[in-house]
Amino acid sequence: MATRRQFIRISAMGAGAVAAGAAGVRLFGSALTDGQKATVAALTGRTPTYCEVCFWKCAGWVYKDEKGTIQKIIGNNEDMNCNGRFCPRGTGGVGMYYDEDRLRTPLIRTEERGRQSFREATWEEAFDYIAEKIRVISAEHGPECLALFTHGSGGKYFSTLLRALGSPHVAAPSYAQCRGPREVAFQATFGETIESPERTDIRDTSCLVLIGSHIGENMHNGQVQEMSDAIDKGATIITVDPRYSTAAGKSKYWLPIKPATDLALLLAWINVIITEELYDKPYVEKYTYGFEYLKEHVKNMTPEWAYGITTIDPTVIRETAREMANAAPAVIVHPGRHVTWYGDDTQRIRAVAILNALLGSWGRRGGFFRPEVFELPEPPHPAYPTPKRSWRTEFPDLYKMADTVLANGLCDATIPDPSRHCQFQGWIVNGTNLIETLPNQANTIAAIQALQLLVVIDTMPMEITGWADVVLPECTYLERYDDLRVGPHRKPQIALRAPAAEPMYNTKPAFWMARELAKRLGLIEYFPFETMEEQLDWQLKQVGSSLEEMKKIGVKTFDRPYDDLYFAPDEDVEFYTGTGRIELYSLALEEAGYDPLPKYTMHEEPPEGYYRLNYGRAPMHTFSRTANNPNLTDLMEENSVWVNPRVAKEWGLSTGQYVHLMNQDGKRSEFPIKVRVTERIRWDSVYMVHGFGHDQKKLRRCYGKGASDTNLITKVLVDPIMGGTGMRGNFVTFITDLNAEEVAS
Amino acid sequence: MRYAMAVDSRKCVGCSDCVVACQTENNVPIGFCRDWVVEVIDGTYPQLEIELRSERCNHCDNAPCVRCCPTGASHIVEGGVVLVKPNRCIGCGACIASCPYDARYPHPKGYVDKCTFCIHRVREGMKPACVAVCPTKCMYFGDLDDPNSDVSVVLKKRKYKTLIPEAGTKPQLYFLI
Repeated sequence: MATRRQFIRISAMGAGAVAAGAAGVRLFGSALTDGQKATVAALTGRTPTYCEVCFWKCAGWVYKDEKGTIQKIIGNNEDMNCNGRFCPRGTGGVGMYYDEDRLRTPLIRTEERGRQSFREATWEEAFDYIAEKIRVISAEHGPECLALFTHGSGGKYFSTLLRALGSPHVAAPSYAQCRGPREVAFQATFGETIESPERTDIRDTSCLVLIGSHIGENMHNGQVQEMSDAIDKGATIITVDPRYSTAAGKSKYWLPIKPATDLALLLAWINVIITEELYDKPYVEKYTYGFEYLKEHVKNMTPEWAYGITTIDPTVIRETAREMANAAPAVIVHPGRHVTWYGDDTQRIRAVAILNALLGSWGRRGGFFRPEVFELPEPPHPAYPTPKRSWRTEFPDLYKMADTVLANGLCDATIPDPSRHCQFQGWIVNGTNLIETLPNQANTIAAIQALQLLVVIDTMPMEITGWADVVLPECTYLERYDDLRVGPHRKPQIALRAPAAEPMYNTKPAFWMARELAKRLGLIEYFPFETMEEQLDWQLKQVGSSLEEMKKIGVKTFDRPYDDLYFAPDEDVEFYTGTGRIELYSLALEEAGYDPLPKYTMHEEPPEGYYRLNYGRAPMHTFSRTANNPNLTDLMEENSVWVNPRVAKEWGLSTGQYVHLMNQDGKRSEFPIKVRVTERIRWDSVYMVHGFGHDQKKLRRCYGKGASDTNLITKVLVDPIMGGTGMRGNFVTFITDLNAEEVAS
Repeated sequence: MRYAMAVDSRKCVGCSDCVVACQTENNVPIGFCRDWVVEVIDGTYPQLEIELRSERCNHCDNAPCVRCCPTGASHIVEGGVVLVKPNRCIGCGACIASCPYDARYPHPKGYVDKCTFCIHRVREGMKPACVAVCPTKCMYFGDLDDPNSDVSVVLKKRKYKTLIPEAGTKPQLYFLI
């Protein structure tokens, strides 16, 4: 009989049956088991925190039971990022603390890289080892040959260390592997970036347009909440996606676009808005530059032209353009977040920005607001030395609009090449599993093998730790202080993270690690405070609060200095572009030798028998970071490959069957993946959730579960404008005959 | 007093936050759940409809699980909330078999466990953990006898359905459509 729990597993949503491998998982030890006895009063202490399971950083409270055991985490009502409601990952954050596979003690490698042979070390040994290597690299190659990759709060302290040494090379994969193109495109158009959390005024919008952005599956808390508010208020949602996403299911219009053709649709929308004179004329006249060039540029890009490319009915293109115009200026053509798709991503997002400009939504209620960041004094320290070299010199005439260090650029510049002066010699990696984060794993590994030093700081034995020379076990966010969270949002706000428990095992906060290294390297003056507590209290007292106060309230909201959340009527706005206006026609791009107006270019299509590999998020996981979290694995323990029934019939595939995927370069998925036959996907593409298929055996709960999309992304479409790594140009086919061993497992 | 819950399938994104919040609130062991999310798809590409809904015990007015319980462990408290007394439960599973919603599971400690509408929170004036946490605010809880309660107000405004009404259990979990 198909029980409810099996049914849920089939639908791949929600909690499953008794999970295989649940043995050894901590059952909550308390005697309070039926909820009737678990009175609210039994939960005594609460500690403020902000979440580290993803980058949204929601502020909340950690509750402990009468024994002092961490029990649950609940949102802080004052917090603008979460409004008192944590997402499943934040709620399941307790699993990060209780995960029995956590890193427990410093490790030093004993054999060649990637072999997983380590010996346990003391902190002193580990620090001495690292400090010595850093000294050697700095002396022989210059401190600029040291790089930091970070995606977590701890990165701040290692960044201070690196800059104090004289290296400017601090990179976050969240730029070139994720949202970089949108920041560059909006900067070029409006002179400002979108940042995180996004400045989208979804709460008050009348029309939300999502292009491949699957809000609800990407659980960016505040945005999901505001989309729900907008649904309540009757806003129109238009979703463009080859997959019937959750958001598509909530939309008045779902445009099941042919993958890789979004830019043609955007240009056709611009064409309709201009041809039918639906644009905000006073706004365009007062604030923008280059309207006539744009008009001329798109004059032939009609819905009929786009139909042949996108497969979207011209009537629907016109209707949806009119819907947007009717809602304007309370309309958001959403800039997206993970936008590194096809290598022309900056230009695609430029078209998004231009469309918003024509609709007059930038600076308007229900469009894009002006965010406010709280200005916090930084601890006093000597000036950083001036770096003598930059990664940029290694890439002459490339990525000229990149306004931050490229993670993939550092990786490429680490691989020995006679044309490069400074091959990177040492990497510090904090809170990012580069093996699963950077596309083209072979390239990443080649770079790692060329290093003199790889230090990895993490809470879990992620794949990257297996390649490290030294692994430093960080305590989780529930066991440490970190810098205050400062924004941006509608109002300036600060949030405190305080430890709810002592660090488990022999783990330590990143602040302490960076400071200990600074001591050994003679850089202690860059860390003037001995503890985070002292630093936080000093900072808070400068702004009229204190650590004591923040421990009680967790979040403190301040007034905006000016009442300028939106443009005032007829406000004279000076935009931070070359012309001081919104640049529909980008002079900055033109000057750098790129197209000043976005042009549609055709992208490669899958060969016969292959399907475009699309990937995305599940609301209960954050990249590969949560894959081993006992609470979240319980909600979703593996990914599946979504296949259209037409394709399934052709291949004889059925739901629940395991297959291997192989890409255009003959790269085969390391582990088999479960098939999900569903009408929710187009016949020319397949889809999987990112972050699964771990091959690190120390991650006992998620090892070998599902397939890794990164593993299959060997072809990278690099954005010439800013170096973003487009990852949606890979095609896969099915291998249905598994070997006996795999069938058995 | 009659406690009930309404779930807005138009707003639910199926994130399963309700599931994990219930687990941490009520010490539900990992591998088990008192609430869950169902996804139903209708149609063929690209004419599709999706319904996502968070399900749990329906706290039925005519509860078969209470009627069939040989020890009286399954019982009804204020507001029609169906509960299990773990110390009285012998784990026979009759209630599990009788429930048309498959809302009960055998707890590893030997008794049958299920949703309590977080009565321990409700008694303190709070909402059930799932309702309080939901990022989409798609769940409404309250007293049907109070015309101003969240659940009464939303059921007046919107069309709704119940699951398997033909079972005659008079379920008190409503789905807004």
